[in-house]
Amino acid sequence: MFSNNDSIGKTFFVVIALCLVCAILVSTAAVQLRPKQVENKLLDSQKNVLAVTGLLTEGNIKELYTKHIQERLVDLNTGEFVDMTPASYDYRRAMKAPETSIRLEGADDKASIKSRANIAPVYFAYNEGVDSGKLSAIVLPVHGYGLWSTMHAFLALDNDGNTIKGINYYEQGETAGLGGEVQNPKWTAQFVGKKLLDESGAPAIKVMKPGNANPSSAYEVDGLSGATLTSNGVQNTFDFWAGAKGFAPFLTKVRDGALNNG
Amino acid sequence: MASAKEIKTVLFGPIFANNPIALQVLGICSALAVTTKMEKALVMGIALTVVTAFSNLFISLIRNHIPSSVRIIVQMTIIASLVIVVDQVLKAFAYNVAKELSVFVGLIITNCIVMGRAEAYAMKTGPGMSFLDGIGNGLGYSVLLLIVAFIRELFGSGTLFGVEILPLVSAGGWYQPMGMMLIAPSAFIIIGLLIWILRAFRPEQVEKA
Repeated sequence: MFSNNDSIGKTFFVVIALCLVCAILVSTAAVQLRPKQVENKLLDSQKNVLAVTGLLTEGNIKELYTKHIQERLVDLNTGEFVDMTPASYDYRRAMKAPETSIRLEGADDKASIKSRANIAPVYFAYNEGVDSGKLSAIVLPVHGYGLWSTMHAFLALDNDGNTIKGINYYEQGETAGLGGEVQNPKWTAQFVGKKLLDESGAPAIKVMKPGNANPSSAYEVDGLSGATLTSNGVQNTFDFWAGAKGFAPFLTKVRDGALNNG
Repeated sequence: MASAKEIKTVLFGPIFANNPIALQVLGICSALAVTTKMEKALVMGIALTVVTAFSNLFISLIRNHIPSSVRIIVQMTIIASLVIVVDQVLKAFAYNVAKELSVFVGLIITNCIVMGRAEAYAMKTGPGMSFLDGIGNGLGYSVLLLIVAFIRELFGSGTLFGVEILPLVSAGGWYQPMGMMLIAPSAFIIIGLLIWILRAFRPEQVEKA
């Protein structure tokens, strides 16, 4: 068809044909694998919610989740429940989009996250199954900037809305072995039993220099050694999400007994 | 198809005799980044081997039709498409590893080994041998990555593939981990030492001063 490989016609032909073939290949892969990827993401998130409440056992994650976890959406500004299907709500997208989030500036942006969604999912865990109605934990999604990355975690509180039952950092890009140790269960174990808020209702968790935390204190935990900035990030995350711009309005309602009606 | 001996050279030569990292010093950036854990290094090695093998194959198949003025762009397009496909497959079937690797899988596109083999070998050789050359170089890369990751994970975290080998002091054991092993400069030092060892045994690899 073409006498010369380097003619303009042949060059255009090769480039256009190649682009078409590659485009078809890439889009087919993306479309075909999409359902599986979405499912993986969902399963991963469900697994993390179960893990932080201590309900993760061997077995089908989907079944465990349906049995023990109830998902609700909360308006962070008012602390009221929102009537929307949690499954169809994309929290990650909502926290970025200007129409579904508020911008945080200066002193408001304690966790360096720039914007915060108006509506956040919360998860209610029932050890004896959702039907039993006996609430055992409230799981809040929190995130904040560490040294290199935004660290995402689930924070489990007892049904008093204050005592910490566990925290699980499930997504972070901190230095492996140093800041990356935020994921280490041995480190996160020291949060268990601490109080999120002090008597006046202000954020009270204190991430101390490693070795300086008083074990009998209700608020102090040891930071990570060799990872001061990651530890500060954890501190900031707690300060923000336990504060007025975070889950404080919701938690106030929880302590006032909102869950009994809702 | 070439003789059995030739196939062997193409396939296994890049592991020690002509290692892309140790001799050609290509693909160093990802070798620093993904070698803190054996598992990451293994998946990265497999992903790179697949991409190099298939990009070599496809480029070799159309090598006689690639206009020389746009050949780099053509190679890049093929490599980039393959990398995206590999990334999608990992996200669908090895979600946990994909989450840790994500950025670096994307960066295979810029890995000098893939481009280097496409330009230096696949543009001049038939598809069968090019495919094997891709696998060979991928293996060379993977082997070196695994050696580095072995040293870094063992001494940095006391584990191999996440299984505890040396009980850490923080967990009540006796081993005080070497924090330096977990940061990128240690990989530089380890790769440097490996190159030294390799060249001590194979003096023909030493460049003329």
